[in-house]
Amino acid sequence: MSTMNPAMTREGEMADENRAQEQVEAPAETIIEEGTTVGRPFSDDPKFKLRNVEVFYGQDRAIKNISLDIGRNEVIAFIGPSGCGKSTFLRCLNRMNDSIDICKVKGSLALDDQNIYDSKRDVVELRARVGMVFQKPNPFPKSIYDNVAYGPRIHGLANRKSELDDIVENSLRKAGLWNEVKDRLDATATGMSGGQQQRLCIARAIAVSPEVILMDEPCSALDPIATARVEELISEMSESYTIVIVTHSMQQAARVSNRTAYFHLGHLVEVNETNKVFTSPEHDLTESYITGRFG
Amino acid sequence: MPDRKDDVYGDHISHKFNDELMALKSEFLEMGGLVESQVDRAITALVDNDGHLADEVRATDKKVDRMEVDLDEEATLIIARRQPTARDLRLVISVIKMVADLERVGDEAKKIAKFAIKLSEEGQAPRGYVEVRHIANHVLSMLRDALDAFARLDSAQALRIMKEDKRVDEEYQAATRTLLTFMMEDTRNISRCMSVMWILRALERVGDHACNLAENVIFMVEGEDVRHTPVEEAERIVGP
Repeated sequence: MSTMNPAMTREGEMADENRAQEQVEAPAETIIEEGTTVGRPFSDDPKFKLRNVEVFYGQDRAIKNISLDIGRNEVIAFIGPSGCGKSTFLRCLNRMNDSIDICKVKGSLALDDQNIYDSKRDVVELRARVGMVFQKPNPFPKSIYDNVAYGPRIHGLANRKSELDDIVENSLRKAGLWNEVKDRLDATATGMSGGQQQRLCIARAIAVSPEVILMDEPCSALDPIATARVEELISEMSESYTIVIVTHSMQQAARVSNRTAYFHLGHLVEVNETNKVFTSPEHDLTESYITGRFG
Repeated sequence: MPDRKDDVYGDHISHKFNDELMALKSEFLEMGGLVESQVDRAITALVDNDGHLADEVRATDKKVDRMEVDLDEEATLIIARRQPTARDLRLVISVIKMVADLERVGDEAKKIAKFAIKLSEEGQAPRGYVEVRHIANHVLSMLRDALDAFARLDSAQALRIMKEDKRVDEEYQAATRTLLTFMMEDTRNISRCMSVMWILRALERVGDHACNLAENVIFMVEGEDVRHTPVEEAERIVGP
């Protein structure tokens, strides 16, 4: 480039790398008023209606009075710096936080207008309706077939072997994995590549016919090709599922989601159409974060 | 290069990204300054009958073209490397568009220089130069103000430039009528008056480009596209 800036030397690069190691603090003068979210946090046709949600880890308040709707068949992305509460909030949606003793959830959380935290609620049934895919692919050390068949079996979704076969095939097809594994369904799942394992986990989540799929950084351990496959899958699945995805990749959020929610220190700062968030966000903190000014 | 602390494009975690954006911005302003002086010198060459200066203007246009290509390349590389978002994205996109406007202004300056040479070879200054000088001053100040609004991210100033464009159009119409009168008075004036008409037309186009720059500055600052919208809408976006 003829007009290359002289400041862009190797030293500049190294200084850059060093600085990237630090956790860069958000501008201190920005005060967030609790419980206020700019943009469009509510939906006309909500699948989840979440109001005044607070999550405590012991004395620590990790989620501070968040209200949000997640629309039916919507893909919503949660973004924000590490420790902002986005994963904690995600895990409230199918009560994954129950397994943490010191964790307490307050507020009103409803799935199809039914209280998620009702004491009479069957958590296993809830998690069948609200499936989850984790950061690291975590297949069971069983065959590919058994990984997908596991959920339908324990939920009694198939009466005959042929029905179970159909569920396994359909789930693998929807996860875009069928052609790659149809000849080796008995092979152990842990022998697959990382990208295939992650798609297997998605197939496993789909197998119990969920209505919602929660994804906690589903692509952070995958290479770009595998990532592209999973993103393609997300856009296909969005026709029949509600998808909530936590991601550290801003480009991924921009590519796959309809709405984007920006979390900051336990607050929900902004929720808007993804197109708006990445071209002209409303809140200064959102702007600073997505443009790489802190994080 | 400006101090990065004072620049809203200079506070990224990545220093290199800061440098790239600020280099883009300052090189754009440099191109703007060059183009502005091209128009100014073309008009001076015309009014002073200075063929030599007009030749220089025509030669310098190559430099303007070169800067357009360089700036486009830099902007492309920033998109490829950084995937800019929000205000950074709007800066890069606006620069790509505004560079095209600046290059066109450069072409208009070259056109004026060409007519300046033609008219100086024909001897005897034709009538209509008063009008030319007047409109030239007006569009030059618009161009300067647009670049200034870009440098200072001043959308209110950009809005004022958008409103100015209407006045330039009126002045252009009035000047055209005056020249028509000259032509009707004496048909021997027609050829020269037509040359002056083309110069006025070029200046009117410079005003249009200044207005485009202003619209892009508003997009850059406010994040809303005000092209092809009524001025009232732009006023609402920019605010009081």
